[in-house]
Amino acid sequence: MSVLLLAEITNGALSLDQTAKAVTAVQALGDITILCAGNACSDAAAMAATLAGVSKVLCADDILYGNDLAEPVAALVVALADSFSHIVAPATASAKNILPRVSALLDVMVISDVTEVVDPETFDRPIYAGNAIQRIKSLDTQKVLTVRTAGFSAAAQTSSAPIENLAVAQDPGLSTWIEDKVQQSDRPELTSAKIVVSGGRGVGSLEHFKIIEALADKLDAAVGASRAAVDSGYAPNDWQVGQTGKVVAPELYIAAGISGAIQHLAGMKDSKIIVAINKDEDAPIFQVADYGLVADLFDVVPALTEAV
Amino acid sequence: MRVLVPVKRVIDYNVKVRVKSDGSGVDLSNVKMSMNPFDEIAVEEAIRLKEAGKVTEIVVVSIGVKQAQETLRTALAMGADRAILIEASADVHNDIEPLSVAKLLAKIVAQENPDLVLCGKQAIDNDMNATGQMLSALLGWSQATFASEVALEDGAAVVTREVDGGLQKIKVKLPAIVSVDLRLNEPRYATLPSIMKAKKKPLTIQTPEELGVEITPRHELISTSEPPQRSAGVIVKDVNELIAKLKDEAGVI
Ligand SMILES: Cc1cc2nc3c(=O)[nH]c(=O)nc-3n(C[C@H](O)[C@H](O)[C@H](O)COP(=O)(O)OP(=O)(O)OC[C@H]3O[C@@H](n4cnc5c(N)ncnc54)[C@H](O)[C@@H]3O)c2cc1C
Repeated sequence: MSVLLLAEITNGALSLDQTAKAVTAVQALGDITILCAGNACSDAAAMAATLAGVSKVLCADDILYGNDLAEPVAALVVALADSFSHIVAPATASAKNILPRVSALLDVMVISDVTEVVDPETFDRPIYAGNAIQRIKSLDTQKVLTVRTAGFSAAAQTSSAPIENLAVAQDPGLSTWIEDKVQQSDRPELTSAKIVVSGGRGVGSLEHFKIIEALADKLDAAVGASRAAVDSGYAPNDWQVGQTGKVVAPELYIAAGISGAIQHLAGMKDSKIIVAINKDEDAPIFQVADYGLVADLFDVVPALTEAV
Repeated sequence: MRVLVPVKRVIDYNVKVRVKSDGSGVDLSNVKMSMNPFDEIAVEEAIRLKEAGKVTEIVVVSIGVKQAQETLRTALAMGADRAILIEASADVHNDIEPLSVAKLLAKIVAQENPDLVLCGKQAIDNDMNATGQMLSALLGWSQATFASEVALEDGAAVVTREVDGGLQKIKVKLPAIVSVDLRLNEPRYATLPSIMKAKKKPLTIQTPEELGVEITPRHELISTSEPPQRSAGVIVKDVNELIAKLKDEAGVI
């Protein structure tokens, strides 16, 4: 058995946390080869080669792979697939774009959002916004899966695997990149932060969202949001936590002005400690919160920022 | 220009999901079923493109049990022109896997020759997020997933995609598959007159056998279980007590 693991690479840089956690998740499945596909991604490949348990790194460094377009990256993965029993990636937006395409090209049914590798053929994954856990056995000879990294610890950087450069495949020429609108931030990444402070519709405006951000900055935390807050324009889309946003499992999750819809809980209920701040004592968020504060967030969030 | 929109009948997103005690799945008998919310957004987008004069015909297709006709009628009432049901199961508990769905859709694409397939990015039951990408792969078409904005140009679609770092804008050659995200639009409700009118719109039924597609599942379900439950903790009286708990009891700050 052997694993081909597609590293998460953004603008040539390795997302170490996501990739290292995916390595841990599939460690038991055999020799791991990491594929780094990106533009100017040789540093990413060098970093991937340090991950414990990785036996080899393949580096496909070309502008063709620079923007995570599904068609060329999927073609590259498929060209390499033959020698691997498992093709894996962390369950990021990019991998969710690419791996189902790979899977269909290999005539394999993809296994999305794996939370546990039971054995080489058996996997657990959440369904119905995390309201049920399905254990499935894949009957395909090859397995293609994305791993939900929140529940795994990161592999250590203690190795030095060999790196092999790959020739570039042909551009299928189906799509072209126009632009990225990405906010640069000094805050920790939402999916790997130890603390997340999230705001919901109750925050009321883009301007007021600053009080959520201030608390996050004081705690060196990432900022999250409910769908309602994103839809209302209080927060950018990449802050959304939930069934269709990001899945987080920090040490501490603070939800302010969030009611606790199942679709939101799907993205944060595996957090170690949950704090809910809501003025409605019947809000469902209190049913999952370790500590609840029934109060107006405009009073308590600034007070909390002051006091911590 | 013709647009194909696949729609799935799923448990209504407001319904509390119950796992069957024998672990065989989620109980779907006598629960409210609706169109997958993402598919509603796809239908709405197709209608808006038609209203803008860019699209001439909208064909909706559903794969599943015969009750999915209701879902198709909903799409017709919203404004789709014609519907196809692929009756692939007699049991509501039998979820057809995205790979099989993609193969069936590929056959429908061959019949209907759409220039664009607009689909939901995921179904809220199996949460697999795969059908659009798989269909695109099988057809060798371009794909633009997680769309929050779609603009049609000559022979291409310019799509803004929701990605982990923010937004990405790409241009895909037509024919293409576009999978839609929540912020693309807000779907309309069907009016009573349009519901009446939808009853007269054409709906044809086909089967996987007729289409020559093998739909044997590749995933064998071992069990379905409840996730670990969290229980409610304590209500603190003020900020000071909260900080004390977080520091001394939980040790997280
Ligand atoms: C297919 C689908 C997918 C979805 N995916 C997601 C997802 O990924 N993530 C997600 O979050 N949602 C998702 N949703 C939406 C979800 O169902 C809820 O609508 C959403 O989470 C509600 O956001 P909210 O809690 O911020 O808003 P609301 O439910 O409106 O809650 C606002 C809360 O703020 C409180 N409040 C108001 N003012 C104050 C104040 N001054 N002080 C303290 N509290 C106050 C109120 O008491 C209320 O509890 C999805 C829905 C669908 C249909």
